[in-house]
Amino acid sequence: MSVAAVSSAREAKPPQRIVQLEDVKVRFGSNETSFLALDRTNIAVNAGDFVAMVGPSGCGKSTILKLVAGLLRPSEGSVFVAGREIGAERVGVGMAFQNPTMLPWLTILQNVMLPLKIVEPHRSSYRAQKNGVFRDRAEALLAKVGLAGFGDRRPWELSGGMLQRANLCRALIHEPKLLMLDEPFGALDQFTREELWAILQTLWMETRPTVFLVTHDLREAAFLANRILIMSARPGRVTEDRAVEFARPRKLETTYQESFNSLTHTLRSAIVAARQTAEAPR
Amino acid sequence: MTLPARLRDNVNSTILIIAIFAAWELACVLFHVSPIVLPRPSQVIMTLVVQMPALWPNIVHTLLTTLIGFAGGMTIGVLLGVLVGVSRTAYKTAYPLLVGFSSIPKVAVVPIFVLWFGSGTVPAVLTAMTTCVFPIVVNVATGLAATEPEMEDVLKALGATRLQVLWNVGLPRAMPYFFASLKIAVTLAFVGTVLSETVASNIGIGTVMMMASANFDVTLAFAGLFALAMLGICLYAVFALIEQRVCGWANRRNDLATL
Repeated sequence: MSVAAVSSAREAKPPQRIVQLEDVKVRFGSNETSFLALDRTNIAVNAGDFVAMVGPSGCGKSTILKLVAGLLRPSEGSVFVAGREIGAERVGVGMAFQNPTMLPWLTILQNVMLPLKIVEPHRSSYRAQKNGVFRDRAEALLAKVGLAGFGDRRPWELSGGMLQRANLCRALIHEPKLLMLDEPFGALDQFTREELWAILQTLWMETRPTVFLVTHDLREAAFLANRILIMSARPGRVTEDRAVEFARPRKLETTYQESFNSLTHTLRSAIVAARQTAEAPR
Repeated sequence: MTLPARLRDNVNSTILIIAIFAAWELACVLFHVSPIVLPRPSQVIMTLVVQMPALWPNIVHTLLTTLIGFAGGMTIGVLLGVLVGVSRTAYKTAYPLLVGFSSIPKVAVVPIFVLWFGSGTVPAVLTAMTTCVFPIVVNVATGLAATEPEMEDVLKALGATRLQVLWNVGLPRAMPYFFASLKIAVTLAFVGTVLSETVASNIGIGTVMMMASANFDVTLAFAGLFALAMLGICLYAVFALIEQRVCGWANRRNDLATL
């Protein structure tokens, strides 16, 4: 057997499973007022995947993010992240919400570097590196999202779109294995949003974190994701798991292709159907 | 705020003070008010100047008593505020007690302190402390509760401990609330000190005013009031200045207008 064959066999090893939800149920509230937010959900995600979750509002998309991020425990079933049952040890998950929550007493640069202050192995060297390597790294990242030179500004001096760019940087600065995005571009105008899609795609292709994206924008899901999970209305379940095959890097022109449009149409009708079945039993 | 605007505000404040004093002076002269009932401001200020050598040690004493009591109140207030603000259990457990404690009129505790520690400086310090502690507790706790849940999620997902969340987000976020409460608390501490001094002490502005009113020296009593007001303004200004330095970010709209 030649050397080339061995190395190609090594490359072809099965992708590493990073997140696994097994028969997960999540129930909120106490006995009488409780409701099932998530019902018997099974999801398996490989390292480096980009997963988008779409579905009617209140279907438990954000609940899944919180489960994976370790912010919530399942009522039943188990959640494994990087082989461990969550809660045992956290992996330093990067997270970004629609609300950018930049801390107003820090500069943009200090805001972006905040995770380095918390996550090991960076935490121990934070004091030594905050004006050296870490600062350079944060500035480089800001430059990539189009915020070069804005590092020393205060959050209130930036527009919503700029804050959301900084928010992405904060979620990525420590190069997390897992990135949780909860409608990060929901409050932005169409043009800024599309620009940020491209930026996010580039950043993802560089370090290949595993991304969970919750969104209401079907074009966004189709443009960014490798896999789209369609969820039913509450109690949420994954009803469809769809692979998205468009070649990377995707361009905005991709979104005008016939195949792209038919994908978003399919997604749309699946969600419409999920909404109707939710209303029917009552 | 632009400089001319700030200047205009200062000028307006000064004009208001002068106008009130002038109206007061004029009313006293016009209606022939006896100085035993209401002295004229000019008389009060004269007395303040003339009696200053005798008043000065009392002013210093009241100021020191207040500051010591205030420092104690601040320490206890911050600790309790953080405890109540961070832990829901502590909040639910301690809140009825805090409300009950704060609704006790502070005049009522002075005799008890005197009973325990004798008359003098100690009950004054303790009264100042108990008077100023509650607004600090409430504001620090409120400030800690103002942390956005999303920010907390972001940090917890990174694996931050509760202490790290408190240190990086909770406490800085609570700073404007804390300083707002300090400005109120320091004036309340004065109230506490003077209250105790009027009841049981032989030094301090409270004592001076008590003795002056016993001698029907109303002008001197008013001089004491003026001295207190000025001390209050000075301390308020000091804390307002520190506040501006430490958490200017909370007043960003003013800063923005300056740009």
